[in-house]
Amino acid sequence: MNFLKLTALAAALFVAGPSPAHAQQVALIKLPELQKRLSRNTDTTYVINFWATWCAPCVKELPYFEQVNTTFAKQKVKVLLVSMDYASQLDKKVKPFVAKRGLKSEVVLLNETDPNSWMDKVDGKWSGALPFTLIINNSKQKRAAFEKEFTQPELTAAVQQFLK
Amino acid sequence: MKKLVPFLAACLLLVLSSYIRPMAGYQVGDKAANFKLKNVDGKMVSLSDNKTAKGYIVVFTCNTCPYAKAYESRIIDLHKKYASQGYPVVAINPNDPAIAPGDSFAAMQTQSKSKSYPFPYLFDETQQTAQTYGATRTPHLYVLTRQGSSNDFKVSYIGAIDDNSEDAKLVKTKYVENAMTEILAGKPATTNSTKAIGCSIKWRKA
Repeated sequence: MNFLKLTALAAALFVAGPSPAHAQQVALIKLPELQKRLSRNTDTTYVINFWATWCAPCVKELPYFEQVNTTFAKQKVKVLLVSMDYASQLDKKVKPFVAKRGLKSEVVLLNETDPNSWMDKVDGKWSGALPFTLIINNSKQKRAAFEKEFTQPELTAAVQQFLK
Repeated sequence: MKKLVPFLAACLLLVLSSYIRPMAGYQVGDKAANFKLKNVDGKMVSLSDNKTAKGYIVVFTCNTCPYAKAYESRIIDLHKKYASQGYPVVAINPNDPAIAPGDSFAAMQTQSKSKSYPFPYLFDETQQTAQTYGATRTPHLYVLTRQGSSNDFKVSYIGAIDDNSEDAKLVKTKYVENAMTEILAGKPATTNSTKAIGCSIKWRKA
């Protein structure tokens, strides 16, 4: 009986647990691809968070970004999580992390080595500290940069500003 | 009146988008404030202690950040290369140990001993120095140059150590060394301000 229960539990866990086959892909992208994303001329508000698996404050606020998808499910809002982990850590760290957390937002890894050559092209106000977040709505010509950690209410309020 | 609304919204956005901490801090050419901070050996260290230094390579760094760890031996190498030429390294940990326990003063002592730091490793307990300098991340490096024979120092370079944090062997541009070559020749650095990714400084919660 106990064995049966255990088997059932194991089966349930197997079904409920993150299955690598269904885990989202994490694309490696270069700067031009990211710039293209930042400059898309649509009425969608993009919330772009730069983070890394090794960055404790980033990991702490990831659920708030995930929550944006739910809170603004009926509005044109899209979250993009840009990992600043090294490309060499994609399979070892980033993909397992994304699968384990079951992240629903799109995740990409910016595969560039020399931040001094590209950071200003992402945003001149970014000094290089993580986490860093951009909120952009190009058709409304609105853009805001935040080199800080968010609380959930702060993030919700910041996104709300773009939907008025 | 209706036209005023988008204008006000734009103003609000401008205020919002500049909400980045800290806004203050040094630009190249600014006079650098002296500091007096506790070294891992328990003694207080300030810029005016070393009368023979032509300047300093001040690095805000810490024990815990993967980027700081990746650059640790390169920071030691900078000291080995430039201390004898009058520019010793001074490392400063600005993190609040309440947020990053691995950056406590005791942990700094252990780290500095285990890697035999040849330079002082100071604890910016009030975070005043990091705020004054405008440091935002670890590592964040400042080259200071003495003005004449005074105890005044000017900021000559701010930013990155080099262009590849992951692998020192793949570095193509050594930003701070290039700047040092010019500074040692008495010239201003051509590239005097660079950017790098790093861990946010763990500011004390208000």
